[in-house]
Amino acid sequence: MSVANLVVLSPCDGLLPGTIGAVSITETTPGRITAILPFKGQDDAVSVALKSALGVGFPAPGRSQAVGDVRTLWVGRGEALLMGADCPDLPGAACVDQSDAWATVEITGTPVEEVLARLVPVDLRAATFDPGHTARTLLGHMTASVTRTGASAFEIMVFRSMAETLVENLAHAASAVAARS
Amino acid sequence: MRIAGRGLDQGTTSVPFTFDGERLTGRAGDTLAAALIANDKRVVARSFKYHRPRGILTAGSEEPNALVTVGHGPQADPNVRATVQELYEGLEARSQNAYPSVDFDLMAVNDLMSPFLGAGFYYKTFMWPKSFWEKLYEPVIRRAAGLGALSGLANEDTYEKAFAHCDVLVIGAGAAGLMAAWAAARAGADVILADEDARMGGRLLAETEEVSGQPGHAWAADRVAELAAMDNVRLMPRTALTGAYDQGTFGALERVGRHHPHRPGKPLECFWRIVARRAILCAGALERPVAFPNNDRPGIMTAGAVRAYLNRWGVVAGRKVAVFANNDGAHRTALDLMAAGVDVSAVIDSRAEAQALGDYKLFAGARVIGTRGRKGLESLSLRQGDRTLRIEAECLAVSGGWNPSVHLACHMNGRPEWDATTLSFLPRSGMVPGMVAAGAARGQFSTAACLADGARVAADVAAELGLTPADTPVPDAEDRPYRIEELWAVEGRGRKWLDFQNDVHVKDVRLAAQENFRSVEHMKRYTTQGMATDQGKNSNVAALAVLADATGRSIPETGTTTFRPPYTPVSIAAMGAGAQGMGFAPRRLTTSHKASVDRGAPMIEAGLWYRPAYFPKPGDASWQEACNREVTTVRTAVGVCDVSTLGKIDIQGPDAAALLDFVYANTFSTLKVGRVRYGLMLREDGHVMDDGTTARLGEDHFLMTTTTAAAGLVMRHLEWVAQTLRPELDVVFTSATEHWAQFAVAGPKSRDLLDAVVDGGLDPAAWPFMACGAVDVMGVPGRLFRISFSGEHAYEVAVPARHGAALYRVLLAQAEALGGGAYGIEALNVLRIEKGHVTHAEIHGRTTAFDIGCEGMVSKKKDCVGFATSRRPGLLEDSREQLVGLKPVDPAGRLTGGAHLFAETADPVRSNDQGYVTSTCHSPTLGHDLALGFLANGRARHGETIKMVDHLRGVTTLARVCEPVFFDRKGERVRG
Repeated sequence: MSVANLVVLSPCDGLLPGTIGAVSITETTPGRITAILPFKGQDDAVSVALKSALGVGFPAPGRSQAVGDVRTLWVGRGEALLMGADCPDLPGAACVDQSDAWATVEITGTPVEEVLARLVPVDLRAATFDPGHTARTLLGHMTASVTRTGASAFEIMVFRSMAETLVENLAHAASAVAARS
Repeated sequence: MRIAGRGLDQGTTSVPFTFDGERLTGRAGDTLAAALIANDKRVVARSFKYHRPRGILTAGSEEPNALVTVGHGPQADPNVRATVQELYEGLEARSQNAYPSVDFDLMAVNDLMSPFLGAGFYYKTFMWPKSFWEKLYEPVIRRAAGLGALSGLANEDTYEKAFAHCDVLVIGAGAAGLMAAWAAARAGADVILADEDARMGGRLLAETEEVSGQPGHAWAADRVAELAAMDNVRLMPRTALTGAYDQGTFGALERVGRHHPHRPGKPLECFWRIVARRAILCAGALERPVAFPNNDRPGIMTAGAVRAYLNRWGVVAGRKVAVFANNDGAHRTALDLMAAGVDVSAVIDSRAEAQALGDYKLFAGARVIGTRGRKGLESLSLRQGDRTLRIEAECLAVSGGWNPSVHLACHMNGRPEWDATTLSFLPRSGMVPGMVAAGAARGQFSTAACLADGARVAADVAAELGLTPADTPVPDAEDRPYRIEELWAVEGRGRKWLDFQNDVHVKDVRLAAQENFRSVEHMKRYTTQGMATDQGKNSNVAALAVLADATGRSIPETGTTTFRPPYTPVSIAAMGAGAQGMGFAPRRLTTSHKASVDRGAPMIEAGLWYRPAYFPKPGDASWQEACNREVTTVRTAVGVCDVSTLGKIDIQGPDAAALLDFVYANTFSTLKVGRVRYGLMLREDGHVMDDGTTARLGEDHFLMTTTTAAAGLVMRHLEWVAQTLRPELDVVFTSATEHWAQFAVAGPKSRDLLDAVVDGGLDPAAWPFMACGAVDVMGVPGRLFRISFSGEHAYEVAVPARHGAALYRVLLAQAEALGGGAYGIEALNVLRIEKGHVTHAEIHGRTTAFDIGCEGMVSKKKDCVGFATSRRPGLLEDSREQLVGLKPVDPAGRLTGGAHLFAETADPVRSNDQGYVTSTCHSPTLGHDLALGFLANGRARHGETIKMVDHLRGVTTLARVCEPVFFDRKGERVRG
C-alpha cells in the first residue's frame, strides 16, 4: 500500500466556522498534542527538560504557558498537554499522544463571556480569569477545558466524539444571547 | 378607573390587549393588573376551592388571586400573576378555574357547600370505600379545585440557564437596595443588583415621597442610571431571587421575553445561578391583610397596593375608597387618594388612639365587621364601640402591618425572630452565611431608615471584602414612625379569609387547633394554609397569630412554618433549559457514524455513545433478518465493527504492573510485552465491577480496555485506588479513548482482510491469538490487537481518529470484496452470547466472579481490591445463583430476557423462583434461541430441564440447562 492513503478529517469537519450575532466560532488546529504525566518526584525535572527543549515549562494548576505556537496546558492533577510541537524525550514522564482526542474551537467576540456563562459554571470574568488561565470544568453536560486566549476570546476543548454537541451548545447559547439585543 | 394626572407613565402609548376575549386598552408601563383596574374589571379569578369571585389583592409577586393564563395553544402559560405580567400589544389573557366564565361560574356551587367543606373535609369524608378514592373522588375533586392548566402540547419555546459571579449581590432595588448597591459599587466591588420588578425603585415608585428634595421615583431613576453607567455593576431587572443555597449560591429567575410579543429564538425566561462572595437582602416587606368577615370581595386590596396603583399607574379600583388599618402608614392612602381627587368615604383604624393625618372621616378604635356587594365591594359595615355603621365604598384599602421579606434568609433552615415592636418576624444574623439584611427586610420601615441602612450595611460588607468604603452621603427622606397595634382577625358573621389562594379562613385554623393539629406545621398541612403558589406570603403571619390565640400560646412560641425555595414559582422549563429534545445529553459519535447512518443503520445508545444496531438491506422483513445475516457473515467470512467506544486507559510507570495486579483479580505482572490478557475487576465489596482486555505495550506501559458504559467508572476507580489505597505506587494513567479509532475485524477471512491493509502484510507467525503491537496501516502508524469477542479468528485495528472515517470505508470495501460486511451491536450481542461472553447484563453489580464461573481467575497469590470480601462464605456457596446457558427443549421455543426460572413442575410463583434470564438471542448459527441466566446451584444442574416463565410477556418455555458456551466450546476458531 502506498503511504498515507487514509484521508484526514478534523473533529469539527463540516460543522464550523460559524458566526452567530457578535460571536464567531472556529475550529483551531493546535498541531500535535501530547499528554505529559510526570512520574513520582519528576515534576521539576520534566519542567526543566520541557523548558530547555521548547521554551515552555510544565504549567501550574489552572495555568498555561506559550512560546509562539508551542503551548503547555494544565488539564488535571499531574497532567498537562503539550501542544504545537513534537514531544521531546522526557524520561521522567509518561507521554501519550492525544493529537486526535480533542475537538478544539476558539470562540471570539464581545459577548463571549455572556455566551459561555450560559454553559460554563465557573467564574470566567476578566478580573479573575486572565489570558492564559485555564479551567477543567463543564460545558453544558460535557467535561471541557476552557482557556482564555484574549480579552474576548476563549479556547474550548472537549472530547472529539462530542464535537457536534459542542458546536450545537455554543450555537444555541450564542443565539439566545444574540436574541436579547 | 384611570385617574388623570397620576402615574409614572402618563402620556405613553395606549396598548391593546384582550381579557377573556374582550378587547381592552391599557397604557405602556402598565402591568396586566393595572390595566384591568383601569378598565374597571373587578372579578378576575375564581378561588381555588369554593370558586368565590376574587379581585386583585396586591401589586406584586405575592398576589394570591389574580392568576391568569397568558397566550394560547402550546404556548399558553398558566398561573401568571397579573400583578407581575407587563402589558404588551396583543397580550392575550384568560381567567382560570371558572366554568363557563369568571362572572358566572357553575362551580361556585362549592361555596354553598362550604359548611361541609372545611379543613380536613376530604380526609374525613372520602375514605370509604377505599377503592373509590383513586377512581372517583380524587378525579372529581381535582377537576373542581385547581388553578390554570397546561395545554398538554409540546412547546418549542426557548428557555435558558446561566451562571453569574460577583463580589456583592444586592437583592431588591428599593431604597435600601439602591443605596447598598451604590455604596458597594463605589467601594470598588463587582456588584449585581437584581430586582423582580421591570422597573427598579421598589416602594419609591409607589409612594409620593421625596428623597433628597426629588420625587422618590426620580431619585431612584437617577441612581439606576448612575449604576448602569458603572463598569463594575450589573443590573438585573425582572429577576426574582428564588433561593439561597450553599456557599453563596443563589437561584434567580429572569423574565427575558415575557414582556413583549413572542419573538422566536429569544428565551422566555432565564434561570440564573449567581455565586456571590457576599449578599445583601433588601427584599423589602409585604403588607398583610386583616381577616374580617367577607374580606375577600373584589375591591378589597392591601393599602400599599392601592397607593401603588394610584401613584405608579394612575388607576383606582373604585369611585369611593375606604381604608381599614392598624397602623399610621396606611393613612397615607387616604391622603394620596384625596390629593388625586378620589372620594375617601372613611378611614377605619383599630387603634383607639389613632389620629387623623388629614381632612378625612376617621373612625378610631373601630373595625370592619362585614362587607356587601355581589360581584365586588359596594358597602361595608363597621363597629365602633356599640354602634354599627354602614359605609359606601367600592374599594377598601386594608393594612394589618408589614411582614419583612425574610424568606431567602430562611432558606438554609434558619428561623426568624419575632419583634414585638414592629409585630413582625425579622431575620437573625448569620442565617445564610455571607448574607446580611438591610432596610424593610429587617424591619426598618421608614424611607430614611432604609436609605441609611442600605449604605451602612454595604459599607460593612465592602470592608469585610477588604475594600475601602467610599463616602456615601445618605439623602434626606421621610422618617415617620410606624406605630402599629395588633390586629389579626375581627369577629363577626361570615368567613374571615386568611389564605385567599387556598381558601383557608379563621375557623379552619381554629378547627385545626381544636382537633389537636396544634403545631404550626401540622396546622399548615391540615388546612393547606400557605401551600399554594404564593406560599402563604399574604397569610402566614396572620394564620399563626390566629393559631397562637386558639392554643393559648404566644406568637414566638408558635413560630413560623419552614420557608423553602423558590420564593416565587419557577417554571420547570427554565430549570431544564437546553434539555429539550436531543439537548438532553451530549452525543458521542464515532468516526464511522456518518458511514453507518448513510447505510441506514438505526442507532443504539451505549452510555453517551451512539452505535449502529444493524445494517438493513432492501427486502429485510425485520431487524432480525439483518442481524442473522451479519452473524452469519462473521461466522463464515468477515465482519467489521467500530469498537472505538470501549474505554482505553494508557497506564505507565515503574509500578504500572503492580497497580494492575492490585485492581484486577487476576495477575498482569506476568504478562509478556506484546501480549494481551483478559482481566476481571472487582469492587471493594467483592462483586465484579468490569471486565476487559489489557495489553502490555512495553515493560512499564499498559493499555487497559474497559466496557463502553463503564469507561468513566473504571477511570474513577483507578484514580481512587492510586490516590488513596496505593499512593506509594509510581504510576500515571490517562484516557486514550478519544485519540484512537478502533475497529474489530472478525471472521475466518479477517487475516486476509488485514493482510491487505497492514503495510508489509500480516505474518501469521508474528500474530498469534492475544498478540498486540504497532503496525502501519496504509501509511498511518497504528496498533493491532489479535483479540476476539465473537469467538472467531479476529483482530482489532486502531489508527489515530483523524483517519477513522477513511479506514472504516477501506475495511468495509475490503470486507465486501471478501463476501463480508459491516455488523452492528445486535449481531455483536448474538456472537458473544453464542460464545458465552458476559457483559453488564451478567456483571450487573450483584454478581461475583464465583457466580459467573470465573472464581478461578481470582488469584490467591496476591491481594487485590475486593479480594478479602470476595472470600466471604456467603459469596462462595453452591446454592448461589450461577451463570448457566439455556436452550429451548423444543427448538422453536422462545427464550426472553428478564424471565424467571422454576423447577419444571413447580408453580411459577415468587417463593419457587430459582433464577432469571439475563441475555437472550436467536442464534442463526445454531438455529434456535439461546439464553444466559443465573440459576441456583446452576453449574451442577447441566442437562436438567427447567421452566422459564416470563410473567410480563406471558411466555412459558421448557429449557435445558447447559454450559454457558454454546458454540466452539474448545475455542479452536479463535486460535485458527
